[in-house]
Amino acid sequence: MQWFLRGIIAAFSVPALVLFSAITGFAGLAREAGLTLPETLFMTAFVWALPGQVILVGGMLSGNSLIASAFAVSLSSIRMMPMVVAIVPEMRTDKTRKWVLYFLSHFVAVTSWVLALQNFRTVPHERRTAFYAGLGPTLILGSLIVTILVYAVAPKLPPAVSAGLFLLTPIYFLTSLWGSAREKAVHLGMIFGLAFGPVFHIFTPQFDLLGAGLSGGTVAFGSHLFLKRRRAV
Amino acid sequence: MTFHSFDTWWWPFLFILLAGSLTTDCWRFLGVYLGDRLSEKSEALVFVRTVATALVAGVISNLVLFPSGALAATPVALRITAMIAGFGAYLCLGRKIIVGIVAAEIVFFAGYYLLGV
Repeated sequence: MQWFLRGIIAAFSVPALVLFSAITGFAGLAREAGLTLPETLFMTAFVWALPGQVILVGGMLSGNSLIASAFAVSLSSIRMMPMVVAIVPEMRTDKTRKWVLYFLSHFVAVTSWVLALQNFRTVPHERRTAFYAGLGPTLILGSLIVTILVYAVAPKLPPAVSAGLFLLTPIYFLTSLWGSAREKAVHLGMIFGLAFGPVFHIFTPQFDLLGAGLSGGTVAFGSHLFLKRRRAV
Repeated sequence: MTFHSFDTWWWPFLFILLAGSLTTDCWRFLGVYLGDRLSEKSEALVFVRTVATALVAGVISNLVLFPSGALAATPVALRITAMIAGFGAYLCLGRKIIVGIVAAEIVFFAGYYLLGV
């Protein structure tokens, strides 16, 4: 119980503040796209991956089909897998039940992951699941409260403020993606994605994100392999 | 079938569940299953990360260049300038995300009122 509470307290942090400003931007975007408050709350609680959520809303705006949206979200959420792979050994002990790990994995997203790995050094290994069970859900709860506030306040905002609100999502992703990249190849992928996104948007609007992701990622990975081989020679 | 296909209260939720939750949680569950069976440094995972990053980067560009709502009424040069200022501040001032966000918003609002949008 004590470590569960400490997990809750650990949620009150600078990364959480950043997350909540990103959620503010997302809630504004979802509201603008015509989603009701229950739909947006549902999406945040059950998807809990902002890039995927932004892609989902973007797909709704351009009228993408269920299959195309599912495929695009799936591609963007693949990055959850290595994050979970990295955090599971930190939490698992011989006595940990499997379903506990599967349940807690839903709460893995950038902010809780960063906070967990930062704090785990001070948490005894067998108490880390309890700690994370406090931390993860608290971040979701905070995000839901922020979303409700945005929906309540948004209609009364002057246009300048709501325009600034819509700028939150891109600047948050631009900086957080750059910071979370461990390889140069990922930085390259980001630069190519930035360049290819608008090109695909103009020529193939229904597949703009998939096109930018697959082509930008492949070109970046290709140059990564090429540079690596040249270094090895 | 799109988000607006059926005029019932439950369809949007089912759409979100199928297109958003299942497609995200399956990777989290696979991550638990693979546990330590997979090396974080494997080339396949590098490829996955480059594609996933390029995909989100595409979203960033499109949100800035083809925005909706109140942002669409602002000049494209102002949006790009604010983004560059935010990213520049992030890179130069200790790589803190919050610094990038604040810098981008300050430049955006300063430009907004100077230009008299």
